[in-house]
Amino acid sequence: MGDPIKVIKTPIHLDYQVLAGRDLVRFLNAIAEGKFIGRRCPSCKKVYVPPRGGCPTCAVVMGDEVPVADTGCVTTFCIVNVPYEGQVMKLPYVYASILLDGSDIPFPHLIQGIEAKDVRMGLRVKAEWVPAAELKPTMESIRWFKPTGEPDAPYDSYKDHL
Amino acid sequence: MSTPRDVAIVSFAQRPAVRAERQADDTEMLLPVLTEAIARSGIAKKDLGFTCSGSCDYLIGRPFSFVSALDAVGAWPPISESHVEMDGAFALYEAWVRLQHGDIDSALVYSFGKSSLGNLREVMVMQLDPYVLAPLWPDSIALAALQARALIDSGRASERDMAEVAARSRRSALANANAHVKGDFDVDQLLREPHLVAPLRKHDCPPISDGAAAIVLAAGDLARKVCARPAWIRGIDHRIEPHSPGARDLTRSSSTKIAGQKAGVAEADIDVAELHAPFSHQEIILRDALGLGASVDVNPSGGALGANPMMVAGLTRFGEAASRIIDGRARRAVAHATSGPCLQQNLVAVLEAR
Repeated sequence: MGDPIKVIKTPIHLDYQVLAGRDLVRFLNAIAEGKFIGRRCPSCKKVYVPPRGGCPTCAVVMGDEVPVADTGCVTTFCIVNVPYEGQVMKLPYVYASILLDGSDIPFPHLIQGIEAKDVRMGLRVKAEWVPAAELKPTMESIRWFKPTGEPDAPYDSYKDHL
Repeated sequence: MSTPRDVAIVSFAQRPAVRAERQADDTEMLLPVLTEAIARSGIAKKDLGFTCSGSCDYLIGRPFSFVSALDAVGAWPPISESHVEMDGAFALYEAWVRLQHGDIDSALVYSFGKSSLGNLREVMVMQLDPYVLAPLWPDSIALAALQARALIDSGRASERDMAEVAARSRRSALANANAHVKGDFDVDQLLREPHLVAPLRKHDCPPISDGAAAIVLAAGDLARKVCARPAWIRGIDHRIEPHSPGARDLTRSSSTKIAGQKAGVAEADIDVAELHAPFSHQEIILRDALGLGASVDVNPSGGALGANPMMVAGLTRFGEAASRIIDGRARRAVAHATSGPCLQQNLVAVLEAR
């Protein structure tokens, strides 16, 4: 018997087409125009951003598409302190859940223009878009969100969206 | 073991299978199917005691895709839920076991599969043992061809027998709006086609299909209350053979044979059998293992040769068999589902009207 085999390599490579789906295609095309859109559930009335085909709470087909502002408030956030491969942002930086005005479901993005230690729940922020000529159907069309300088949103205004 | 609790299939819904679903995502594929199956069951969604699904993340190449598919269920308030990385028929088996506990009376079972987004023949290699077999990349058709060759060499079937299975299946599929490969084919003409992977021709192989299906199970009095003619599960059994195709006699399905005996296939007259045989020669092996006579109507839906959405085609066999009992066309049916390379695992049930 030879030496014990501890490691073998069996390379696996599979190619897939990725299907964004109707709603994500419409959402990303809106992003390429510098706009957010959502979709309202006809049952619970919540507006989802990005829009989706069905409401995960009510299990019904989503209703109307609605425009959503590029301003909102931070609901929760984390401070990234650990370097990692592929890191682009300078440490420490903040990754936050942002509740856009006119929507009910927060979505994640970066926060800049403020010290990480000063980011807080309720902080009012606005999307910083890339220049119009560089807009594309990708979330990278939004560089990050920056504080607007408005007073913080009161807790009651977002407590049901955490 | 004590006598199992009476459980029946009380409703079934499916999405018409297509070669490639380009618009709807998993949730959108499932939503109308779940809505229809629940509405037909006569049981309110909030009263369903258990939910179990079957799907495979390798099909669309995205981890935890079964979690996002739960959006179609509306899991709020929180539900009791489980998932198998297998065909939905095996989720049905889990739900049947769950109903044996006796504390709940109904269960929703569903599955979905989009086979069109990857190279299915290669994706299926991922189910093989990762040390010895998978590194050789024997694709799903090559492995099935080895099995077909062994069957022909045993003298128990010919390429003509296989073509006859394919022709009959695709003729039956003409009457099934949910199948997408169908037509009236002449056996001699089929045999003039070139081999795809010898001894298999294209007609011996299943189509690549996208689809979704759902079933509602109910126990005892609830089933009798919501359904005029429930498809009672008289017996159900799941058996597994060694993983390595080299360790088995590929020309016989010993797991199907045992599962069929345990499910009671031989104990009563069978009108209809819906067999999950993705390849034509596999129907011949399954019929033999189950001892089905010439009077049994096999795969009146067209079977997996008419539509083969991965992870859905097995559950669809249960739904097709049950539908024929529920609507009165059949009194007793065999439903079968398979999983793994070359019929490695097999689930057999006998469904009946009472």
